[in-house]
Amino acid sequence: MSNITRAVWSFALWELLSGMSLTLRAMFRRKVTLNYPYEKGPLSPRFRGEHALRRYPNGEERCIACKLCEAVCPAQAITIEAEERADGSRRTTRYDIDMTKCIYCGYCQEACPVDAIVEGPNAEFATETREELFYNKQKLLLNGERWEAEIATNIALDAPYR
Amino acid sequence: MILQTLAFYLFACIAVASGVMVIAARNPVHSVLFLILAFFNSAGLFVLMGAEFLAMLLVVVYVGAVAVLFLFVVMMLDIDFIRLREGFMRYLPVGAMIGLVLLAELAVVIGGYFMAPEFGGPDGAMPGPTVGAITNTEAIGRLIYTDYVYIFQAAGLVLLVAMVGAIVLTARRRTGVKRQRAADQNARRPEDSVEIVKIPTGSGV
Amino acid sequence: MAEIFTDTLWPWVLFIWPWIKIPVLIIVIIVPVLLSVAYLTYWERKIIGWMQYRKGPNVVGWLGLMQPFADGLKLFLKETIIPSGANPIIFLLSPMITFVLALIAWAVIPFDEGWVLADINVGILYLFAISSLGVYGVVMAGWASNSKYAFLGALRSAAQMVSYEVSMGFVIVTVLFLVGSLNLSDIVRAQSGGFWNWHMFGILAPMGVVFFVSTLAETNRSPFDLPEAEAELVAGYFVEYSSFPFAMFFLGEYANMILMAGMTSILFLGGWQAPIPALDVIPGIIWFGLKVAFVLFFFLWVRATFPRYRYDQLMRLGWKVFLPLSLAWVVLVAGIVEFTGA
Repeated sequence: MSNITRAVWSFALWELLSGMSLTLRAMFRRKVTLNYPYEKGPLSPRFRGEHALRRYPNGEERCIACKLCEAVCPAQAITIEAEERADGSRRTTRYDIDMTKCIYCGYCQEACPVDAIVEGPNAEFATETREELFYNKQKLLLNGERWEAEIATNIALDAPYR
Repeated sequence: MILQTLAFYLFACIAVASGVMVIAARNPVHSVLFLILAFFNSAGLFVLMGAEFLAMLLVVVYVGAVAVLFLFVVMMLDIDFIRLREGFMRYLPVGAMIGLVLLAELAVVIGGYFMAPEFGGPDGAMPGPTVGAITNTEAIGRLIYTDYVYIFQAAGLVLLVAMVGAIVLTARRRTGVKRQRAADQNARRPEDSVEIVKIPTGSGV
Repeated sequence: MAEIFTDTLWPWVLFIWPWIKIPVLIIVIIVPVLLSVAYLTYWERKIIGWMQYRKGPNVVGWLGLMQPFADGLKLFLKETIIPSGANPIIFLLSPMITFVLALIAWAVIPFDEGWVLADINVGILYLFAISSLGVYGVVMAGWASNSKYAFLGALRSAAQMVSYEVSMGFVIVTVLFLVGSLNLSDIVRAQSGGFWNWHMFGILAPMGVVFFVSTLAETNRSPFDLPEAEAELVAGYFVEYSSFPFAMFFLGEYANMILMAGMTSILFLGGWQAPIPALDVIPGIIWFGLKVAFVLFFFLWVRATFPRYRYDQLMRLGWKVFLPLSLAWVVLVAGIVEFTGA
């Protein structure tokens, strides 16, 4: 293109018009918006969401109070106290996670030898007060019951890669 | 007619009051804002006189451009109110003198109007088209571009000289400053500056 | 009885009539303008959303159509905050000025043949004067907020609006050369008889583009939205505003956009005239509305397409490109008018 033709194109705002035609074409393309609370995108089986304490199928809680998760937690969000139970097994009397401290790194579930503490697929647990985010053992076990099906599927799906 | 009279007194009172406030206001920004109000009301007076073209030009030129620049400058000032009032007594005589001179001149003009209305009065000897036959935009255009064309052009030249002068006084040519040249940037093509080289693996450039 | 009516009451009715008629007409103009402002914000979000592969607002009401009212309600329910260092009178005055100026300009807009509130001789100058006053709301807001972001935004806006007004003025002059009247209705009538007579499709076509781009700068719209550049100035001159004053700024800005779109359609797109004479059966107000909507679509389209100008580029465009171009066109059009007697 010679300088003159270029000047003519430039005077005709050619580049601006081609840019505008692009946006005009984009206007009629398929939209990629997900209507979030009603539509949700796919989650990886490794997604690290809200914590849960799992139980064995017979109802016995998995956690043996080894405190590995407490030790590995980089944010020091986990507090565990343990005692011997009446049947002589070692169990936690207190298992608290401060969800406002947690950074969702997933080290706790990596460290757990019995797959007791896991991070489930739930990410929608916003609360209105700060206190509601200080999870105790009861809350975590409840989470385990609520999300057991999903958590089990996720662990099974991820198992080949571990 | 009563409406026009009411409107006249409204505009005139506000114009005078804001004129007083221009010099009475403590804060220079308020002064400028009152000045704008005064301009605005004078535009209203022009409309009442049937000179809507002049009124609009007053708003466009004075309020829309000149006063904005005033405001601009005054807002950027770092005002020290105590220092502002320091020299008040010292400058009072000079200020009063200028005020008196202006008052005397006004008296001469008004006195002339009453004593010899044939010069400068509404039925004076000034050349002007008859009211009502054409719009006042056309009237002022005819007047400016026929009878007063040289004066008009001279006024334009004076403004041009002032503008050029301001630019000459303030524009500094600094060396070593990189400037954007949009034309050069637009003239650049990928062929002129980028070379695509195929390099065999492991041989380097 | 009838005599009493004709003799004493009728003059009073004649006297009172304009005092009833004019407020009613004002309301008849202002309410649709404000409604269009509300739905302009809706369409802005919708259209820019579509251009970015999104859906835009679709939750409040059917297709999100109640969104503007939800937004308005939210704004009105918030608290009006006046910053401690601010100048309260000017701080509250400036949004009012912006809002009122955006509305009073509509007095001279001809919506159809004869559908104009004040058919004054210098209509276009009036519009130009009002739009040049718009800078005061911005500058006063920036100064009164006592905040550096607001002040920088105000300075930018003032310089930008004053610069682009110059070339806008010259563009208007070229139109006036062809029309020979400052009356807006006359300007529209001069473009009658089909779209090939519109100013946009003649010698004035480049001026139409210059005018449109200048209106973008004049209304602080993207890509000239430096006064409210959120990346550098947070929100520019209305950082400190909240609640109702903010809403007034917002309404004023959008009403100004619609006004500028109306001005563009009157000056260059033939106002209420149908594009081809055969379509004259459709009322002029509909054509005028369609043209305004078309220009507004351009406003949104441009916003979705172009990145923001840098400040020196903005000034360069105004002073070194538009001003010489429009001056040259003034000379050219004046020459054509002089030698063809058109």
